[in-house]
Amino acid sequence: MKLFNEPSPLETKIISFRFGLENSASIDTYLANDGYQALRKALAMTPDDIINEVKASNLRGRGGAGFPTGMKWSFVPRASEKPKYIVVNADESEPGTCKDRLLIQHDPHQLIEGCLLGALAVGAKKGWVYIRGEYNYLIHIMDKAIAEAYKHGYLGKNIGGTDFSFDLYTHTGAGAYECGEESALLESLEGKRGVPRIRPPFPAVSGAFQSPTLLNNVETFSSVPAILRMGGQAYADLGVPKSGGTRLVCMSGHVNKPGVYEVPLGFPMMKFINEVGGGVWKGRALKAVIPGGSSSPLLKSEECDIPMDYDSIAKAGSMLGSGGLMVMDETTDMVKVALRIMRFYQHESCGWCIPCREGTTWLKKMLQRVSDGHGQTRDIDLIGDLAQNMMGRTFCPLGDAAAMPTIAIVKKYRNEFEEYVARNPFAAPELVSIA
Amino acid sequence: MTFSPELEAKFADLITHYPEGRQRAALIPMLMFGQEEVGSITNEFMAEVARRLGLTPMQVDEVVGYYSMLHKKPMGKYHVQVCTNVACMLRGGAELYDQACHKLGLGHKEVSADGLVSLEEVECMGACSWAPAVQVNFDFHHEVTADQLDTILEGLKK
Ligand SMILES: Cc1cc2nc3c(=O)[nH]c(=O)nc-3n(C[C@H](O)[C@H](O)[C@H](O)COP(=O)(O)O)c2cc1C
Ligand code: SF4
Ligand code: FES
Repeated sequence: MKLFNEPSPLETKIISFRFGLENSASIDTYLANDGYQALRKALAMTPDDIINEVKASNLRGRGGAGFPTGMKWSFVPRASEKPKYIVVNADESEPGTCKDRLLIQHDPHQLIEGCLLGALAVGAKKGWVYIRGEYNYLIHIMDKAIAEAYKHGYLGKNIGGTDFSFDLYTHTGAGAYECGEESALLESLEGKRGVPRIRPPFPAVSGAFQSPTLLNNVETFSSVPAILRMGGQAYADLGVPKSGGTRLVCMSGHVNKPGVYEVPLGFPMMKFINEVGGGVWKGRALKAVIPGGSSSPLLKSEECDIPMDYDSIAKAGSMLGSGGLMVMDETTDMVKVALRIMRFYQHESCGWCIPCREGTTWLKKMLQRVSDGHGQTRDIDLIGDLAQNMMGRTFCPLGDAAAMPTIAIVKKYRNEFEEYVARNPFAAPELVSIA
Repeated sequence: MTFSPELEAKFADLITHYPEGRQRAALIPMLMFGQEEVGSITNEFMAEVARRLGLTPMQVDEVVGYYSMLHKKPMGKYHVQVCTNVACMLRGGAELYDQACHKLGLGHKEVSADGLVSLEEVECMGACSWAPAVQVNFDFHHEVTADQLDTILEGLKK
C-alpha cells in the first residue's frame, strides 16, 4: 500500500515498520517480517507472564486517557465463569487523529496478533474490532486479513496446535463520535444508541454483553506484539519513565510536512514540528499547538518546548490524548478555532445529560455570536464560566472534552475575543456596580 | 421485502458473530450494509430488520435516529462529504465546502433534483494529516485543492 506521506529519518519504527512494504496487509508479508512470532512465544507463557511483560513495557493506552495497559489487563477477572471478550476501539474520531486508520490499512495482522495476545492474557475466546462507519474500506481489509488468519490457523480452533481458540470479527459503526467512548461503544456494539453507561463497573469487569471485556485502542493492541518480541523492558527503554515505547503522532495543520510519524515517547515537541514536520509553513511563526486531539487544551508557542510524553504534557496543562497534534501559525483566528471545536462537540453530544447537552449548545451560540461580531464583554466571561461549570459535572468525559479546550482558548487568547467585541458597534458599556 | 442473495448471505453470516441470544448486536451492521443496497433506511426496511432480530420497528427507529450515517431519506448516488473540522479548516476545508455549495447549488444534506449528487459538511474523518479531505461515498480524497475539487465534482456523472 502506498504511503500518504513520506516517512522521516527521525522516526523510530517499531509498529509502523511494515507500512509501505509491498502487500503489507497480507499474511505473507507479515510472516516474512516477524509476524506471529510474539504469539508463538506467548503460547508457551502463562497469562501472568504475558501481563507482566506488558506491565514492564510501561505501555499506556493510545486511545486518549493514557491508562497503563498492563494494569488494565490485570483487572479482567480470570476466575469469572462468564465468557471474556476482546474489543478493539477503531472508532478513531477525535479531531486531529488519523493513525488507527494506517495501522489497519497497512498492518491488520499486527492488530490481530495483538488481540490474540490479549486473549491469551485474559482468557478470551471471542473479539470484535469496532470500526467507525466512515472507514468502510478498512472493514474489507480487516475482513480479508481475518480470513487469511483463519486459513493459516492463527484464528479459530486449536491455534498453534494448542487448546487455545479465538474468533475475531469486524463490527461497523454508523457515524457517532461518542461511540469512541468505551461504554457507549459497547452499547453500540450491542445494537443500541451510543449512550454511555454508568461506570463503575468498568468494561474489564462488565463490558460487552455484561461480560468481562478487554477494551483497548487499535494502536495499543498493535504495540503488544513488538513488546513480547523485544521484551517489555527493552520497549520501555525506548521511551521515558512512565511512558514506555513509541507512538504514532499525527501532525496536521500549518506545517510543511504534515503526516503520521512514529517517535519515542518523550520526543521533543519543537524538534518534532521543526525537524520531522519541516517547520511552520510559509515561513510564518508558530502561534499555538493542540497536542493530543481537539479535546486537549491548546499550548501557546512559548509552552511548546517540552518532551512529548504523558506526564510532561500534563504538567504543561494539556494532554497527549490521542496523538493528534495540530499546529497553528501566527495568522490563526482563535475565536474561529474555539467556535469550530464547540460546533463539533455540540453536534456530537449524545444528549443524555443536561450539562453537556445544554452547555455545548449555549457555548456554541455564544461563540457564534462573538464570531459574528455581535458579542459583548460579558459573553466572554460567561463562556469561560459556563465551560468551567461543565467540568466534572457530566455523565461521561465528552463534557470535559468540550469544556477543556474552550477554557484554555478563552484564557490564553482573551485579547482576541475582546477585539471581536470592540468591533461590535452595539457593544454595551461595561456594567457599573451600584452596590 | 427481498434482498440480493449477497446481502442475504451477509446478514446470515452477521448473526453468527454474536453470542447466543444477543443477535440484536447485528442491528447496526445490518442497517449500514442494507442501506447501501436499499438506498436509505425506509420504514419497510426497518420493519424487516426488526422482524428478523425480534425487535419492534420502534426500537430500530430509535437506533437509526442516533447515527449520522443512517439516512431515512435517500442521499445522492454520489454523496460528497467535505470535512471542515479544525485540521481541515486550518488548510482550507471551510472554503472547499463553500465552493462545493456554490458549484452544486446545494446546502448541508441536500440532494440534487435528479438524485445524482448530495452534499454534507462532515466532522473529522481521519484524514487530518492529509488535509483538507473530501470523501465521495466511501472514497477518500486527500490534500484537495480548489481545482481538484472542481474536477472531482465535474466527474460525478450518471
Ligand atoms: C468522547 C470520547 C471519545 C473517545 N473516542 C475514542 C476513539 O475514537 N478511539 C479510542 O481508541 N478511544 C476513544 N476514547 C477513549 C476510550 O473511552 C477508551 O478510554 C479507550 O479506547 C481505551 O483504550 P486504551 O486504554 O487502549 O487507550 C474516547 C473517549 C471519549 C470520552
Ligand atoms: S457528557 Fe455529553 S456525550 Fe456524555 S453522556 Fe452527557 S450528553 Fe452524552
Ligand atoms: S479534521 Fe478533517 S479529517 Fe480530521
